[in-house]
Amino acid sequence: MLLAPSIIIFLFWQAAEKIGHATEATKANVTLQWSIILIIFLPISIGLAIFGYYAWKGYYEHLPESSSEITDY
Amino acid sequence: MSKNINSEKGMGFIIGASSVGTLIEWYDFYIFGMLATIISKQFFPEDSGTSALLSTLAIFAAGFIVRPFGALVFGRLGDMIGRKHTFLLTLVLMGGSTFCIGLVPGFKTIGWAAPILVLILRLVQGLALGGEYGGAATYVAEHAPAHRRGYWTSWIQTTATLGLFLALGIILLIRNMQGVDTFASEWGGWRYPFWISLLLVIVSIVIRMRMSESPMFAKVKEEGKTSVNPLKESFGHRANFKMVLLALFGAVMGQGVIWYTGQFYAQTFIENICKINFTESRNILMIAILFATPFFVVFGALSDKIGRKWIMLLGMLLGICTYFPIYKSFIKWTDPANKRELVDLSKTTVGAAIAHVDATDKKKMLVSTQYDTVYTDGAKFTYTKVDTIHFAATYAGNTAAIGYIIANKDNPATMDTVLVKTKVAAGALLPDGVTYAIIETKSAKPGVVIEKTLDNNTYWWIVFLIFIQVVYVTMVYGPMAAFLVELFPTKIRYTSMSLPYHIGNGVFGGLVPFLGTLIVEFTKTTANPTGDPLAGLWYPVGVAILCLIIGTIYLRNKIDTNVMD
Repeated sequence: MLLAPSIIIFLFWQAAEKIGHATEATKANVTLQWSIILIIFLPISIGLAIFGYYAWKGYYEHLPESSSEITDY
Repeated sequence: MSKNINSEKGMGFIIGASSVGTLIEWYDFYIFGMLATIISKQFFPEDSGTSALLSTLAIFAAGFIVRPFGALVFGRLGDMIGRKHTFLLTLVLMGGSTFCIGLVPGFKTIGWAAPILVLILRLVQGLALGGEYGGAATYVAEHAPAHRRGYWTSWIQTTATLGLFLALGIILLIRNMQGVDTFASEWGGWRYPFWISLLLVIVSIVIRMRMSESPMFAKVKEEGKTSVNPLKESFGHRANFKMVLLALFGAVMGQGVIWYTGQFYAQTFIENICKINFTESRNILMIAILFATPFFVVFGALSDKIGRKWIMLLGMLLGICTYFPIYKSFIKWTDPANKRELVDLSKTTVGAAIAHVDATDKKKMLVSTQYDTVYTDGAKFTYTKVDTIHFAATYAGNTAAIGYIIANKDNPATMDTVLVKTKVAAGALLPDGVTYAIIETKSAKPGVVIEKTLDNNTYWWIVFLIFIQVVYVTMVYGPMAAFLVELFPTKIRYTSMSLPYHIGNGVFGGLVPFLGTLIVEFTKTTANPTGDPLAGLWYPVGVAILCLIIGTIYLRNKIDTNVMD
């Protein structure tokens, strides 16, 4: 659960550093690359945080034995 | 139907019909990647910063990023109207968009419309692929007998690798038949693989039209139990959503990076870092794939006996432990500094320098020289060095009129300095009063393109190490379809398994070559301009470690025999 916010902080830190160090000629390209990376990996990191929360709460201690157990709707 | 699905012959037809379509979809998706260099030159303006932006976006990311959206759109359709009609639709979309990419005129002809059209078609390709795989895997799994589900679905798993093989083979064949220049021209042979797709798709559609709906989905439909809102049922309820997350972080994420490292990053690495030539690097991959592909079926069948979990996790563990030594060996074997063999001086040559005025900047002349260094073991390393000579004034003559003198013969081993005396012929437009100019320049950092043809021994060792990596791919991917199918109930299976699959495989995996190359770029400094070529492996290894830990703790090794619900 803690890994996900760590990843998010790391991604933003790396993005700021790389965009900050980019030259005028490469700035637009680097910004686009990091925008793509952030757009892709931010939702995934949130998913990882939810997974961590479920694991912490013990929801994975018992995995369903049959499909009927996972249709709780 | 029951008679058909219980017989080997019936299953053979189902597998064949499903696999051909899926194979073609993978083929369509990969030819774009395999021809990325040519496509970027044809559809994007040269020497433009914006071109770099668009080509980066289009080639490396767009097709992969939209795959999960395709999974949502077509997964929903598949759970509502049926598997058969949905994956027929994805096939038509994929074939149509691929064929149309082959018809789009180049940037020179229609300008910015070219990259925009290609980008749109590429997005359609990604969407279609997002819908295809889940449908085909579900369809086959729902027909297969419970005790052989891993075996039968592993045939579907071979299609991604065989699609890559087919794409490589067709491209190499046309390129060798046409020659490099014709192949890469605006309406050249690089378009044929896109056009061939139409034929393949028509054949596949005819075959798939003869297929029936999945018996399990048909039963659910007959009983009026189809899902009204598969997206809500898949992701809106914790009991199912937690399984989607487990599938992604405990299995598919690691599978994706192992898949793309073994088959895509390996080829990118030996071509761009080790500088093995275009044809040889692709031949190496094709041979490795050919010999490793049967292992998909081997591990799929094995998973029916010992369970899916440990086979997949063992594949990840082997990748984690061996990637760095394997890629280090690639560098070591292809580095001329490590060659013990002598240079065969009778075959080592320095070609005549060829000069021409730069087409866009008439103040520049480019002088290229080719050095062939041949070793006694048969290895041949070709260095093409391009020096730039700067004129004092814009040159308005023609290239043929330029005379030049190489002042000193370069040392092929070092190629450090070129001293060129350039004599511009009479009649050339130069500053007033000057009939010819002698320009001496020291090119401090000439552009050097290196292309290596390997000796026989090294060639087969590299084939072997890539084969090993593809075997890892077969371990993580062979049992995957059966694993995913068994995780979710019939009525929302298509949607539930497609999303984690396409995030794990398409996003985590598909970005391996791009992110790997980017990480290597980050390690480049002024003191170390080449950076750390192995640094790119930290991305797949890191993701695989995380997945291995999660999978080991939370996945279950039990085979679910009852998926008929």
